[in-house]
Amino acid sequence: MSEYIEQIRHVCSLGALQSVLAIDRAVPILHAGPGCGQKLWGAIGFQNGCQGSGYAGGHTVPCTNIGEKEVIFGGDERLRGIVHNSLNVLDADLFVILTGCTSDIVGDDVGEVARRFQEKGKPVVYAETGGFKGTNLFGHELVLDAIIDQYLQPAKSKQTGLVNIWSVVPFHDPFWVGTYKAIERLIAELGLTPNIIFGPGNGIDALNKVPQAEFNLLISPWVGLKNVQHLQEKFGTPYLHYPVLPIGPTETAKFLRTVGEYAGLEEKRIEKIIAKHEANYYYFIERSADVLLETRLLPRRFITIADSFYSLGIAKFLINDIGLLPETQYITDGVTEEQQAGIKAEFSSFVDGITANVVFTSDGGAVHEAIRETKFRSRPLILGSSWERVLSDQVNGYQLSVTMPASDRLVLDRTYVGYEGALRLVEDIYSIILADFQ
Amino acid sequence: MAINLNHSEVPIRENRLGSVTGYQGSIKDLVNQAAGCSLKNKERCFSQASACSSGCAQSYLSRIVDAVLVVHAPVGCAADSVYSNTQNKWGEKVRNWKHRNISVVTTNMVEEDTVFGAVNKLTETIREAYRRFNPKAIFVTTSCVSGIIGEDIQSVLDELQEEIPVPLAPVFCEGFKSKVWASGFDAAFHAILTKIVKPPEKKTNQVNMINFSGSARNQIVETLARFGLEPVFVAPYSTVEQLSRMSEAAATISICGTLGSYIGNGLEQQFGVPYVKTLQPHGIAGMDSWLRGLGATVGKEKEVEAYISEQKELIAADLAEIREKLSGYKAVVGMGPSFGHNYIRTLQELGIEVIWGATWHFDPQYDNGEAPASIQDLAAAEVDIPLSVGDQQNFELLNLLNRLKPDLYVARHGGSTVWATKLGIPSIMVADEFSAFGYQGLIDFGHRLLDAVTNRSLAKNLSKRIKLPYTDWWLAQDTFTFLEDEVI
Repeated sequence: MSEYIEQIRHVCSLGALQSVLAIDRAVPILHAGPGCGQKLWGAIGFQNGCQGSGYAGGHTVPCTNIGEKEVIFGGDERLRGIVHNSLNVLDADLFVILTGCTSDIVGDDVGEVARRFQEKGKPVVYAETGGFKGTNLFGHELVLDAIIDQYLQPAKSKQTGLVNIWSVVPFHDPFWVGTYKAIERLIAELGLTPNIIFGPGNGIDALNKVPQAEFNLLISPWVGLKNVQHLQEKFGTPYLHYPVLPIGPTETAKFLRTVGEYAGLEEKRIEKIIAKHEANYYYFIERSADVLLETRLLPRRFITIADSFYSLGIAKFLINDIGLLPETQYITDGVTEEQQAGIKAEFSSFVDGITANVVFTSDGGAVHEAIRETKFRSRPLILGSSWERVLSDQVNGYQLSVTMPASDRLVLDRTYVGYEGALRLVEDIYSIILADFQ
Repeated sequence: MAINLNHSEVPIRENRLGSVTGYQGSIKDLVNQAAGCSLKNKERCFSQASACSSGCAQSYLSRIVDAVLVVHAPVGCAADSVYSNTQNKWGEKVRNWKHRNISVVTTNMVEEDTVFGAVNKLTETIREAYRRFNPKAIFVTTSCVSGIIGEDIQSVLDELQEEIPVPLAPVFCEGFKSKVWASGFDAAFHAILTKIVKPPEKKTNQVNMINFSGSARNQIVETLARFGLEPVFVAPYSTVEQLSRMSEAAATISICGTLGSYIGNGLEQQFGVPYVKTLQPHGIAGMDSWLRGLGATVGKEKEVEAYISEQKELIAADLAEIREKLSGYKAVVGMGPSFGHNYIRTLQELGIEVIWGATWHFDPQYDNGEAPASIQDLAAAEVDIPLSVGDQQNFELLNLLNRLKPDLYVARHGGSTVWATKLGIPSIMVADEFSAFGYQGLIDFGHRLLDAVTNRSLAKNLSKRIKLPYTDWWLAQDTFTFLEDEVI
């Protein structure tokens, strides 16, 4: 974590402002410097799949634009004024105050400001997300914890079959909307009732239902584990932690079976669902097998330089389902040392005893240096970010941006998750290969 | 007001030029107040995220081809390197260069650094940056965190200078210090002026062309060649060597007064390189003024006049046609001050009525002590235009646009036009600084505006189906409800 970073692939804790914006009709209020908001949404929003400002993002986000005066005299009063006026000016259901480096260092009592509004019954919560504290993925956890502690109320009763779904980090993952929708569809197919707070049409109603759930489902290598544990402590809701983003038939079937078993669903029903999806998936793979097998351009080996969600999810798919082999896999989302072992273990359990060398680093420059020194026996497939466009040229590879920053792509409802998602990934990869010489 | 190169830090615009970010009135009133020294800044008791100096400094310096930028900050402060990298590729595309990634390394300050300091980390990062890129110069930008905890960056650089044989330049651009993010351009140019530019050895026929992307570079090369001059596009896409020779140029010109005024006046005051302080070259009057200013500086008045009349004749028919098609349309302009003033004039040349101007700040004077030519020109015109100044406060703009309902909103700076479009107002984002550049550029820009008002389906459909994030209460308020006299 303390290393220097060239080619950033995540931003700072305050980047969690985008997680607030991912909840319909929720608005972040930044108690931060004037440039923080613009820089952060620029990197994990606009320059990442062209995700724009949406309902209330971008330059709409209220911000104290903290200046020299507040650094010297403190910014509590300014913050109070901005929150008060935000409630009048913006039409929203939940306001989340997020602090930046400056207010955390000068020690503003933001909790006190938030509590005053809470006492008046206003939907205002706060999280101390000073940028020096960690990554935006860590900040995402801070924000969810703040909402759990300061907003959610215990449920009168549990709703049978209701499952809260926590997974990829909104905006940091350019495919988050499509991904949550795909997971929602899969869970619904099982006969459960998915509850997702992020994305269109969900928002506050979904948030209010969180304490009623029968269990929390976390699909993530590490992000969010803290939150589902917190929900268990607070509301007694058990959780299922599924550590791989399920891309492709092997992992998705495993995922459906795991969830089904945990929820006590009938096995026959799950197998029927899996069989139907596999038939559809393999119809297309059978058709494309000619090009997958017979083009002389086929890459045999791939590298991922991505956050742990996509590095692991894509590696599982390309190895277990498509028959490619892994070169070193680089994981860039600042995974703490204690969480690295579990992720590493997943990279040692592919089909046929295949394992992958894993490197955890946020320093893209060091990754590029290592890859430039690697001897490849065929053209490598590089699944990373737009930083890899140049690298790919240097090592004569094929490149697809799948992780932040994906500034070279427009992403709408695309996802790589599940069965259809895997088909999209195959389309995207092989379209690049075919377009390479034409 | 003399530029002081003996200090490593340039004062922010508020303190140096009296720049403001809060004002509402009209162009004539603003200029009168500025001239009478009665212009007072105003502050908002509601505000939205704007931008900061470090963004301007970093995005500008990171595109110098053989320099490295070290960002002494938590990782988020380097977030704009993603955008800069995309921008950089656009400039490379324009030049048919092979793509490279920009060279930016952040020290990635973390919590313990806020307690114990991070000068060792900075030292290590600079060494590593030198090893990785073998650059010709290293710029080190500061941040809110490094500023507040009082990191002595100058000492770190002084010490390292003994082992690293290229200029190590501090760039003081803490985000909390200035509401005028253009202060970051000054910080970048101050670093270039104090650490990169060398005293002249000879005089050349080169002209320092201060700009961003250089998309009109072919045209400019061609035009200046007519006067025996050769442009050097500064500072993105130039080399450290080219920058070091800026003192030898015959003149400095700029695409943007806000951007160019510090370096232009600095080179003039320090090395006697004349800075052309005219209108900017948008539209006819702007191009006339810019070229004549340059011609007078280098003694090529006759050649310039010949060129101007030749070019005007070339576009005369097109201009008459586009003016006729655009006349009657009403527009609102929202841009930085220099672009804002110059585009108000340019839109008027196209026959459009500008009914409001909003600029992201206002400089009552530049570093030569004079008010910007672009605002003087507008103030001297017969019609006075309502004008407001704000650090891109969208809630004001939306309230204003909702009230004025112009046919067009023309803006520069990302994240502005989308909101006008949501109101159903066709909008133009002037992302390329050479939009409406000169004579043919004016015609091209006119056609772009005409296309925007001819098919409004996206704006219409969006506005019908989306809900704005503002309450009805706010949209019914006076636009400047939250603009108050600054309390110090």
